[in-house]
Amino acid sequence: MRAVIGRNVKISAEVQQSLREQFGLDKPVFPDQFLMTMKQWASGNLGVSWSLRRPVAEILLSKLWNTILLIGLGQVLAIFFGVILGLLAGWKRKTALDTGALIFSLIAWATPTFWLGIILLAAGSTWLGLPTGGILSPQNVGKPLYTVLPDLAVHLILPTLTLTILYLGEYMLIMRSSIVETLSEDYILTAKAKGLNQWQILWRHALKNAMLPIVTIIALNLGFTVSGAIYIETVFSYDGLGKLFQTALTKQDYPLLQGAFLLLAVSVIVANMLADILYTLLDPRVKAT
Amino acid sequence: METWQRLKRNLGELWKSFRGNRMGLIGLGLVLSALAVAILAPWLTPYHPQQVIRDENGRGLTFAPPAVHPPLGTDDGGHDVWAQLVYGARISLTVGFLAGFIAMFVGSFFGILAGYFGGWLDNLLMRVTDVLLVIPDLPLMLVLVATIRQMQLKISPLTILILVIGLLYWTSTARLVRSQVLSIKERQFVARARAIGASHAHIIRKHILPQVMPLIVANTVLILSTAILIESGLAFLGLGDPTKPSWGTMLNFAFDRNAISNGAWWFYLPPGLAIVWVSLGCVLLGNVLEEMLNPRLSGHHLEGEAHIVKLGEAE
Repeated sequence: MRAVIGRNVKISAEVQQSLREQFGLDKPVFPDQFLMTMKQWASGNLGVSWSLRRPVAEILLSKLWNTILLIGLGQVLAIFFGVILGLLAGWKRKTALDTGALIFSLIAWATPTFWLGIILLAAGSTWLGLPTGGILSPQNVGKPLYTVLPDLAVHLILPTLTLTILYLGEYMLIMRSSIVETLSEDYILTAKAKGLNQWQILWRHALKNAMLPIVTIIALNLGFTVSGAIYIETVFSYDGLGKLFQTALTKQDYPLLQGAFLLLAVSVIVANMLADILYTLLDPRVKAT
Repeated sequence: METWQRLKRNLGELWKSFRGNRMGLIGLGLVLSALAVAILAPWLTPYHPQQVIRDENGRGLTFAPPAVHPPLGTDDGGHDVWAQLVYGARISLTVGFLAGFIAMFVGSFFGILAGYFGGWLDNLLMRVTDVLLVIPDLPLMLVLVATIRQMQLKISPLTILILVIGLLYWTSTARLVRSQVLSIKERQFVARARAIGASHAHIIRKHILPQVMPLIVANTVLILSTAILIESGLAFLGLGDPTKPSWGTMLNFAFDRNAISNGAWWFYLPPGLAIVWVSLGCVLLGNVLEEMLNPRLSGHHLEGEAHIVKLGEAE
């Protein structure tokens, strides 16, 4: 309630009261308000945002695709480079490449997401002239998407780069230990005995099996990625769910906050379920229980 | 007394094998140096973090580069950045360490109980950790911290941060300790102790705890790095205590008050480097300790190098 009337102290007592009644805040929090919210959620209604005065579901939906674009792009790049680097590091064990990869992933793990974002933002905007935030330049807002693709791409470079650098390390480590393990399997020895060259062994026999743990990590990482999106969207003023979450928090817009949290939690849980199902399809040794 | 001597001997042996590990030594060095800075803060700078630095005309020095005001210049309000950094170490490390220790205590407590007694307690623990594992942690913490602050309970913002971080990050410790206890309680010496009539409390204290303790220590060091990172993140998003700025709060100020567009790199680089310094130190130290102390990792399949086909020689 403070969100609506807090900044406007001159609102009269009657208006305050009517606003309270309008949002159901005159009733006790438990059980009345709680049950009311649950009933609303069950019927697919996420309530109305206090600060934006629009249905929460509508607001969330309008930001969802921006976040999926950012997270998806960052994840795909991180997985691609992480798998390749991990493959090389695991294959060339105990070389400079392996040690370098390990040190890189440790430092990436220890670096706060938002700080890397700040550094890349400062460096990119000063030396490369990249935009300092947002999704599109102001003059391009509202134009059809296909006409502004280059502008969109330029705005995506820095946030995507931040996500990629931070998540690459983990995929690399998983891939490295997975490939080392796979290379010690008997079928690799068989393949070697058949006279296959090292690329065939690596590509046809090792890579496919070593990729399995990556699937689990992608899903488990999604919760972690959501955190990354909150930081990165805040730093780059990127108009997605993460920034919405942060705005709802500072404006104490609780219906919006609840809705965003519900959406994030549910999508992470669903992704985990999908990964479990996918895993049993990919690896016949794992039986669904 | 006897326990103490055994502990001393164990620590001595631990140090002997630890000494040879370069990664571990670097990690220890990073952590200890940060602790030293936090403790010695008043002797490392003549300024107070909230003190406004003025030039000879009495005007506040805002965004003064390090060349003008060594060693790290001033921020938007004319405060000495180095002073903020060393005093911020106290806040960041206090919050991180206290939260980490809470996580350790809660996690070990539930882990030992669940592993030792099993049954419904074990079931409950596993389901709770399942839930906490999938819910995205940052949104959950943001909502919790914001809600608790909203209730105006007269708890300082830092205490709220410590409690929320500590009470959400115990699950990995609990799972690790539980699985360890499960295997220890099946061993002969526990069966013998029970046969001569030892109570549960005695068995846990004298037989289980000494065995899982090293593992708990290693895990705590790893949790510390997470706690320090997450504290910096929550503070960056504006949930720190503005009157007691940690490194994360400094970055929040730097970002909100346009340090980037003013080119004030001395304001936003050092706090981040400090966070990386400490969390990297904890990760290095924790990984090495875990390698040395976690019985499940010794004799790991990855060490059977003789079996690995040397692909490089395949041609």
